[in-house]
Amino acid sequence: MPLMPVVLWTDALLYLLLVLLGGFAWHAARHEHLRAPWRRVARSRIGVVTLVVLGCYLLVAVLDSVHLRLRLADPPGATSAETRYSPEVLSLLDLALDGLRSQSEKTYSAPFATHLYVKEAIELPDGRVLRDYPRLVHGGAHLDDPDARGLDILWRGLLGALLGLALWGAILFALSAALARRRGIAPALMRARIKAGRTEVPWRAALLTLGLILALVGAVALLAGHYHVLGTDKVGEDVLYQALKSVRTGLLIGTLTTLVMLPAALLLGIMAGYFRGWVDDLIQYLYTTLNAIPGVLLIAAAVLMLQVYMSNHAEDFASLVERADLRLLFLCLILGVTSWTGLCRLLRGETLKLRESDYVQAASALGVGHFTIIGRHILPNVMHIVLITLVLDFSGLVLAEAVLSYVNIGVDPTMNSWGNMINGARLELAREPVVWWSLSAAFVFMFTLVLAANLFADVVRDAFDPRLRGAA
Amino acid sequence: MSAYILRRLLYAIPILIGVNLLTFVLFFVVNSPDDMARMHLGEKRVTAEAVAAWKADHGYDKPMLYNAEAEGLGRLTETIFFDKSVRLFVFDFGSSDDGRDIGRDIAQRMWPSLAIALPVLLVGLAFNISYALFIVFFRATYVDLASVVLLVTMMSISGLFYIIGGQFLLGKLFQLVPISGYDTGLAGLKFLVLPVIVGVIGGIGAGTRWYRTLFLEEIGRDYVRTARAKGLGERLVLFRHVLRNALIPILTGVVVVLPLLFMGSLITESFFAIPGLGSYTIDAISNQDFAIVRSMVFLGAVLYILGLILTDISYTLADPRVRLQ
Repeated sequence: MPLMPVVLWTDALLYLLLVLLGGFAWHAARHEHLRAPWRRVARSRIGVVTLVVLGCYLLVAVLDSVHLRLRLADPPGATSAETRYSPEVLSLLDLALDGLRSQSEKTYSAPFATHLYVKEAIELPDGRVLRDYPRLVHGGAHLDDPDARGLDILWRGLLGALLGLALWGAILFALSAALARRRGIAPALMRARIKAGRTEVPWRAALLTLGLILALVGAVALLAGHYHVLGTDKVGEDVLYQALKSVRTGLLIGTLTTLVMLPAALLLGIMAGYFRGWVDDLIQYLYTTLNAIPGVLLIAAAVLMLQVYMSNHAEDFASLVERADLRLLFLCLILGVTSWTGLCRLLRGETLKLRESDYVQAASALGVGHFTIIGRHILPNVMHIVLITLVLDFSGLVLAEAVLSYVNIGVDPTMNSWGNMINGARLELAREPVVWWSLSAAFVFMFTLVLAANLFADVVRDAFDPRLRGAA
Repeated sequence: MSAYILRRLLYAIPILIGVNLLTFVLFFVVNSPDDMARMHLGEKRVTAEAVAAWKADHGYDKPMLYNAEAEGLGRLTETIFFDKSVRLFVFDFGSSDDGRDIGRDIAQRMWPSLAIALPVLLVGLAFNISYALFIVFFRATYVDLASVVLLVTMMSISGLFYIIGGQFLLGKLFQLVPISGYDTGLAGLKFLVLPVIVGVIGGIGAGTRWYRTLFLEEIGRDYVRTARAKGLGERLVLFRHVLRNALIPILTGVVVVLPLLFMGSLITESFFAIPGLGSYTIDAISNQDFAIVRSMVFLGAVLYILGLILTDISYTLADPRVRLQ
């Protein structure tokens, strides 16, 4: 085998999440009452535009969650039949961005720069030594005359954008053909409808967003081979690569946290509301106690303890990547512990209401057992609350990651994350000239994700439960 | 009323015991004092004697819960649990790992925290309520739409960027105020301007949006229709009726955070080098000073519970329909 797949813990959980989402979608598609709110989401223009943006982020995160180790070339004269694998754990995204990953410079360089940010002693061919900005090893290395790079950038950017748009055109045709076939009309008529914006699902808005993204991605893809589009950081790593790698961290924190707290919140919330009495008292006591501790402090205390544990049991972790991965998982867990109480309280309240409803009363009069009632009548009717919480909490968790990493109680310092990028760049604005690109990259990537998530959350909330509007 | 408060205070005791047990488990059972000693001493100097000496220095050399060697009551009091956890109930925080009295540090450092947090709360509240009223006055117009877009955008920006941006613009580019620092008295005023501005701006997005929904909810009620039917102008309706009724949920939200203002903000204080409790906690986290982190967890829980009790009391004062029993 040329490669050996590696499944990290968070990878496995992300796959589980995707399977759950897929299963839920399959189930919802078969039940009209579950499909109706999603149709409302799909008919909202903001809903589909943000879905396209979130889908792009998800694609990057999924690509970055398939890990593997490459096979090493056999050393000459090797006799053993054992195949050896590189100790470095890579993801599909790393392989796709191989150029960005390996093309590092010495230190800072500005976006599209051809020269380093700091002066160095350069030895001229005639033996004299000059202090000047040296040329970059990779950025703009193909240019003979670095001052003429403007035209080169423009040309490559335009070509890339055109390639992106060509791909977009193909998608447009395929989509309109598929849609036309389902409705039994001519593809040209379908295209005309999309263009005029006369479709139920606002395809025009979705496709315009997709076109914009594809053109941008195409331009950046062609440029990234020859320039550092977003510059390089202090140790010369490409900032674009860092920002893209951070997508996975942000998305995982935003989703896995809710996923890992879900079993506890569901079980305890429904039990408290259904059984009432001392069960309710006990569970309420539990979440009031946890709530009483300020979240940041609980996280700090737990992460400190984890650090002690990890430094005393260093031999338990096979590699740095695994160690960072377990720390990420633990961070999700502890964030989940601090945030499940809100959901638990909502579920308790809803269950209290549901258990008085006629159908639950009827079921219990007919002698149906408690757990069947919970599983069949209560659980399906509180799922919309779970879904809304999942979507609403997402953006807050992504923002929290940055803050926690800044305080050094977030993800592992070796892991790419927007918080670590900001943390590493905190003193760069004080330099002269200002090093602005690391911060800006982290800002743009994070802002786009959080804005899309916030807008999407509003649409989902309105579609599922208009009464909850503004409740969060 | 006083019976109710008394009952709430009694109810706080089991919660504090729970918090205490939780931190005890977190700090002493998950990782034994031996682990902490090894961590503090570093790899090279770990010998059995060094670990024992470190534990003796910091008072971790006793049994966890039950001391079989001691006499009488000492069996329970000569333990780590009593020494480190039970003493917190009388606000005896003990000393930090570098030997300073934590209680005195906290008493000293809570005032700078308050000096930042209180103005942020008050100015933010005034601004957010006025802005939300303004939006509601122009509801369902382009002013409303543009404002909501602005608020969602502001909500989506990480608080770190408000601080970094504020320091860069006001501090470095225009050089209006010092970038960071702190001083007591009037001289300290110039240091407070930037953190307060940044804190207020950072809270506008979520705050104003929340107040807007509150006001919009009230505006659909019957009493508002009655007021309009009587012929009251829109301004009178908004200020005399809607604002007053919407103030009840706003009040609840504010009172619950009042005691926590003493704790300060971790991020703001570390960015602006303010010697408050927030930066105290951050320093403790980065120095891995468990005694301080433990004290702050307990203090935070006490203040939170205090906030809940104050909320209930303020509720009865603001809304005569609510009766505590």
